[in-house]
Amino acid sequence: MLVEILFYSFATIVVLAGAGVIMARNPVHAALSLVLCFLTSAVLWMLIEAEFLAIVLVLVYVGAVMVLFLFVVMMLDINIEEMRRGFRRYVVPGAVITAMLVAEIVGVIVQRRLGLDVTRGAVPLPPGYSNATDLGIALFTRYAYAIEIAAMLLLVAIIAAISLTMRRRRGLKVQDIAAQVGVRASDRLRVVKMDAEPRQ
Amino acid sequence: MINPALNESTLTLASLAPAITEIALATGICAVLMFDVFAGRTWRYLTHGLTLVVLAICAWLTLSVGAVATRTVLFDGLYVADKLGVFLKLAALMATALCLFYSQHYLDRRRIHGGEYDILAMTALLGISVLISANNLLTVYLGVELLSLSLYALVAFDRDSGIAAEAAIKYFVLGAIASGALLYGMSMLYGLTGTLSLDKLALVSASHGAGFVIAVAFIVVAVAFKFGAVPFHMWVPDVYHGAPSSVALLIATAPKLASFALVMRLLVYGLGADPVLWVQMLTALAVLSLLLGNILAIAQTNIRRMLAYSAIANVGFILLGFVTADTAGYRAALSYTLVYVLTTLGSFGVLLLAARSDGEADELDDFKGLGTRDPLLALLMLGLMLSTAGVPPLVGFWAKLWIIQALLHTHHLGLAILAVLVSVIGAYYYLRVIWYMYFDAGREQTPIPRQAGTRLALGLNTLAVLALGLLPNVLLSLCERLIGAP
Repeated sequence: MLVEILFYSFATIVVLAGAGVIMARNPVHAALSLVLCFLTSAVLWMLIEAEFLAIVLVLVYVGAVMVLFLFVVMMLDINIEEMRRGFRRYVVPGAVITAMLVAEIVGVIVQRRLGLDVTRGAVPLPPGYSNATDLGIALFTRYAYAIEIAAMLLLVAIIAAISLTMRRRRGLKVQDIAAQVGVRASDRLRVVKMDAEPRQ
Repeated sequence: MINPALNESTLTLASLAPAITEIALATGICAVLMFDVFAGRTWRYLTHGLTLVVLAICAWLTLSVGAVATRTVLFDGLYVADKLGVFLKLAALMATALCLFYSQHYLDRRRIHGGEYDILAMTALLGISVLISANNLLTVYLGVELLSLSLYALVAFDRDSGIAAEAAIKYFVLGAIASGALLYGMSMLYGLTGTLSLDKLALVSASHGAGFVIAVAFIVVAVAFKFGAVPFHMWVPDVYHGAPSSVALLIATAPKLASFALVMRLLVYGLGADPVLWVQMLTALAVLSLLLGNILAIAQTNIRRMLAYSAIANVGFILLGFVTADTAGYRAALSYTLVYVLTTLGSFGVLLLAARSDGEADELDDFKGLGTRDPLLALLMLGLMLSTAGVPPLVGFWAKLWIIQALLHTHHLGLAILAVLVSVIGAYYYLRVIWYMYFDAGREQTPIPRQAGTRLALGLNTLAVLALGLLPNVLLSLCERLIGAP
C-alpha cells in the first residue's frame, strides 16, 4: 500500500514537472523542471529496486548533464518572443499531427491487442541482493562485446569533437606570452640623439 | 533481466577467430590514431598509407582466420559470423580502401587532409562491420550509431565550408530522429517479446498484435532513413551536394552494404517469420523512391545532386528485391547492391579526379568537352554511366534484369513494369552526361592531373564493371553461394 501511495505521488510529480519543462516561459525554469523530473524518476526506479540506475541517473543526468545544460542556458540570451513568433503558423499542422497521434494511441488501447502478456510484474528480490554486482557481471561477461563497441563509440565522439573544433583560425588575435616576456627594451625603445635646440 | 546462473561457456582466444575483422580493425584504429598523434609534422603524411596497410591486413585476416564455413554465434549471441557476413565485410573493406585511395589527391588539393579523416573513415568501417555481424538489437543499434557518428563528423570535415556545415547539421538532426525511431521500435519489440536477440525474435514473431505492427513500422522507418528511401530521403541530396566530394563517395558506397545487411539481419532474419509485416511498407518505399528519384534527377544541374537522386532511385531497386520476400529476390538485391557500389566507386572517382582547379566538380557543365580534354576519363565515365543506366553488355543491366526476374517469379507484374519504365526515364539523365562529355564544347581547358595510380585503379574498376557484365554467372553463382537455397 505504501509503495502504491509513493508511486502515484511521485508519478504525479514527474508528469507535472514534465509539463513544466515544455510550458515554462523562462528556459532556466524549464531546465530546473527537468532536474525535478529526473530526480523523481530516480525515486520511481528506487521503488522497483533498481538502485544502481537510480543513483546513476542522479549522478550523471542531474549532477553533470543538467548542470552543463543550465550553464549553456544561462550563457545564451534566449529571446522567448522570438521563439514564439511562428506559433500561429504551426498551430494547424501541429493540431493535425497531435490528433493523429491521439487517435493512434486510443486505437491501440481500445483494441487491447498490444500483446503485452510477456511483461511480468517485478519479482521481489532476496535481501542482500546487490544490483551493481549483477549489472557489472552481466556487462563484462555477456555484454562484453557491446561494451567494447560502446567504448569505440565514445572514442569516435572524442575524435570527432576534437577534429571539428580544434583548429587555428586565420586572423585570430591571441597573446604570445613567451614573446611578451622575452621582449627587450631595445626592441621597443629607440633612443635618438639630437642636439639641444637653441633658446629662442 | 539478469540471470544469476551465468553462461559458463569458456572464452578462449581461438573461439574469437570469427570476429577477427572487428578486433583487427579496432586495434588498427588505435594504432593509427597513436601514430598520427605522436608522429609529428615530418612523418604525418604516412598516416594515409598506414591506414591502407591496416585495411589490407584486416582483409587478409578476414580471409585467412575469420572465414567460417557455417553460421557461428559468438559473445552470447550478440555476434554472428556467416559466409554472407564475411563477404560483405571484405566488400566493405575494399570499398573503403578504394574510397580513401581515390580521395587522397582531392583532399590534398583542397587542403583538408588530416589524419582524423582516415581514422573516421576506419571507424565508419568498423560500424559497418559491426552492423553486418549483428545478431542482437543492441549490436544493431551500436553499429548504426558508430557508422552514423563517424559520417556526421566527416561531412562537416571541411570546416571553412558553410554548405558542408549545413549538410552536416541536416544529416545529424535527421539521423538522430532515425536513431530515435529505431530505438523506439526496438524498445517496443523488447516490451512485447522480452528479448533483444534476433535468434529468439525470429521464433516468436509469428504471433503478433497491433503493438508488433507499430514496432516494425518504427524499425522500417529507421531502415528507410539509413538507406535514404523516399519519403525519408531529404538528407541525401543535401549531403551529397554539401559534403566534400570524397565524403559523398564514402557515404554512397560502403554504408549501402551496411544498409543491405541491416535489412537482411533485422527484417529478413529477425522479423522474417511473417514478412507481410514489412513487405507492404517496403513496397511503398520502393515505388516512391523509384518515381521520385528518377524524375527529380532529370531536373538537376549539379552532378552530385543528380547522383544523389540516382542513389535514391537505385535504393528503390534494391528494396524491390526485398519486396519479393523470397531467396531469389534477396540474391537479386545483394547483386544489385554490389553492382551499385562498384559503379558508384568508379563514377565518383572520376568526379574527384575531374574536379575543377578550385577543387570541386559540381556542375554538369563542367563535364562539357571532357571527351577532348581527357579522353581516358571520359571513356571510363561513359562505361560507368552506361552501366548505371542498364545498357546490356555492362553489369548494371544484369543487376536490373535479376530484380525484374525475381519480381515476375513472385507475380509482381505491376512492380516489374514500373521498374522497366523508370529505368527508361533514368537512362535520359545518364545519357545526358555522355552527351555533354562528347558533343558539347567545354569552357574549362586546364588539363586534369595525371595521377597514374588513381587512373589505373579507376581503369580496373571500370574493367570489373565490363568483365562482370560479360561473365554475369560469376556474380550470380557468388550470390547463390552467399544466400543459400530456400
